[in-house]
Amino acid sequence: MIRFLVKGLLRDPNRSVFPVLIVGAGVMITVLFYCWVLGVREDITRTSAVLDTGHVKITTKAYGEIPGQMPNDLALSGIGRLVPELFRDCPEMDWVPRIKFGGLLDFPDDKGETRVQGPVLGMAVDLLTPGSTEVRRLNLAGAIVRGRLPEKPGEILVSEEFAEKLGVDLYETATLISATATGGMAVQNFILAGTVRFGIGVMDKGTLIADITDIQYALDMADSASEILGFFPDMNFDEVRALGEKTRFNAVYENIRDEFSPVMTTLKDQSGPGEYLDWVDRWIFIFIFVFILVMSIVLWNTGLMSGIRRYGEIGVRLAIGESKGHVYQALIGEALATGMAGSILGTFLGLGFSYYLQEVGIDISGMLQSAAILFPNILKAKIGSGAFYIGFIPGLGATVLGSLVSGISIFSRETSQLFKELET
Amino acid sequence: MEDQILIATERLVKHYPMGKHLFTALNDITITFKSREFTGLVGPSGSGKTTLLNIIGALDSPTRGLVRVMGQDTGTLSHKQAARLRSIYLGFTFQTYNLLPVYTVYENVEFPLLLLDMAPAQRKKAVLQALEWVGLMDKQKSRPSQLSGGESQRVSIARAMVKAPKIVLADEPTANLDAANSHNILQMMIKLNEELGTTFIFASHDDKVIGYLKRKITLTDGKVVEDARMDLPEGRNTC
Ligand SMILES: Nc1ncnc2c1ncn2[C@@H]1O[C@H](COP(=O)(O)OP(=O)(O)OP(=O)(O)O)[C@@H](O)[C@H]1O
Ligand SMILES: [Mg+2]
Repeated sequence: MIRFLVKGLLRDPNRSVFPVLIVGAGVMITVLFYCWVLGVREDITRTSAVLDTGHVKITTKAYGEIPGQMPNDLALSGIGRLVPELFRDCPEMDWVPRIKFGGLLDFPDDKGETRVQGPVLGMAVDLLTPGSTEVRRLNLAGAIVRGRLPEKPGEILVSEEFAEKLGVDLYETATLISATATGGMAVQNFILAGTVRFGIGVMDKGTLIADITDIQYALDMADSASEILGFFPDMNFDEVRALGEKTRFNAVYENIRDEFSPVMTTLKDQSGPGEYLDWVDRWIFIFIFVFILVMSIVLWNTGLMSGIRRYGEIGVRLAIGESKGHVYQALIGEALATGMAGSILGTFLGLGFSYYLQEVGIDISGMLQSAAILFPNILKAKIGSGAFYIGFIPGLGATVLGSLVSGISIFSRETSQLFKELET
Repeated sequence: MEDQILIATERLVKHYPMGKHLFTALNDITITFKSREFTGLVGPSGSGKTTLLNIIGALDSPTRGLVRVMGQDTGTLSHKQAARLRSIYLGFTFQTYNLLPVYTVYENVEFPLLLLDMAPAQRKKAVLQALEWVGLMDKQKSRPSQLSGGESQRVSIARAMVKAPKIVLADEPTANLDAANSHNILQMMIKLNEELGTTFIFASHDDKVIGYLKRKITLTDGKVVEDARMDLPEGRNTC
């Protein structure tokens, strides 16, 4: 009997090929969407962790309230003691101080007068300590367009776009004009060692990267930093552990009513990525749900369109002596088979396209001209383990659900009625 | 055994909703069918022939009244029991043949036996036998779309006969056939009736059918207006 039904299914493209293709297409879209969102989610998490938020971040309480203003008068002091303490209490993470600052970068002519100048956003990290994890983390070597990494104190990197616009050359002297932590004027000369491009809109307009020791000196911030970032090994954000670390750390300083005492936040606490991640997770869920609904309706409709044909067949089978329950089971079985085949097909196709997007990505830099958040220019998909099964939820769910519901009409109609729909 | 009662209806009424009113398709039908009958339900279009056949076959349920098929009150049967009743005792043929288009002639005829869980060897024998009865041994592998109307109706009859049912219910078996094919089909049916003792009940308004009947029940507006034995039916000796 089963062989008989399978034979019929395979011979009738309206019942096998077309549903499989429809389900396959839907599943493919689901898988692709899922991988895409996952990839973007991860890219954004990684990018903002590396460049901005860390997996956890320590600032003073006061600084943490207005981080956008880079208020270095509220910077953390005593980092020479704080950083070793962090390594002692939480050795599996990497702890790095950074200074963020704004200023003007001025390129003088032969006589020392301003030739060109432009505003920069500065990021001071450990560039010079042998084995510094920051150089690798920021992928500075890969970001170099011209020149080389700083090798000795007094050397800096700037965005290639910035250097081009100002028309400055490698190894020119550049004067940083900024404010010290105490509100005085800071002026310091540097040598332009190289230019960089990160492929991130905001970072590529006018970023200055300098060694933290140089900037501590220039901005009068000895033993201070804007923030200390903590990173998990392999750059994998672990929300649970981050929360644990945050709780532990903050408990120590909880009762100190000093706005200069340190406070820890996790990546998810910080408005940019945290909100984005919640948003993404919510949308993945909503999408899958809506998709099941839409696919159910589509499949149901294709089912109903071939229904007139189908009713006749069902009527005959009932007249010949098949029971309604058996016909219903056979319909569900068919739905399972086509849903499964379509899901497998769609998952394969979806993974294929996702793989392409994972390796190549799509350049969206044109859409990001005015974006002010850290958003990679090239978005890539990521094939997560969920990609292998996520498509089966709508693929099987919708098909089986659709036939469960539409098949009820077999029971609700007189058998003779099934013929009449055929005859008219 | 000659006069065993296979089907009995009692005060059968069938209403269909028609706008705000009820349309009476069958009106108080009490009638019995015995074994070895070759009976026609005749009457003008809309007189209720198909409706009566469908109710006898438990494909439709009456509004009021009783139907007993093989001693079972069809009104009390579950879906499953009704299916079993049809599967074992009843064969159907249809005006529009209703063959399953994706299956071959052989497979169409085999289908009722699959429902009966018959062993493969026995099944094959029965299918070939049925195809021989209707003279379609050479079309086993054809699809319904490749058959003429007469051939399709013969497959439909083979499918009804393959399980050697007690009763065959045939709705307008000749309506779509030309005269030669109609006579051919009817002669085949009467042969099966006489050789196997199968009861045939037709619904038809085709004069050609009437010539073959042993019993003629005339319906008008859902009522039996005549129930006649046909002595010496013409045409029966011509085959
Ligand atoms: N599902 C239905 N709903 C409403 N009325 C129906 C339905 N089925 C049949 N009828 C009506 O019942 C009456 C009897 O129909 P039936 O099909 O039994 O006629 P018939 O004698 O077989 O006619 P024909 O010779 O044209 O096949 C017809 O008037 C028809 O319109
Ligand atoms: Mg009719």
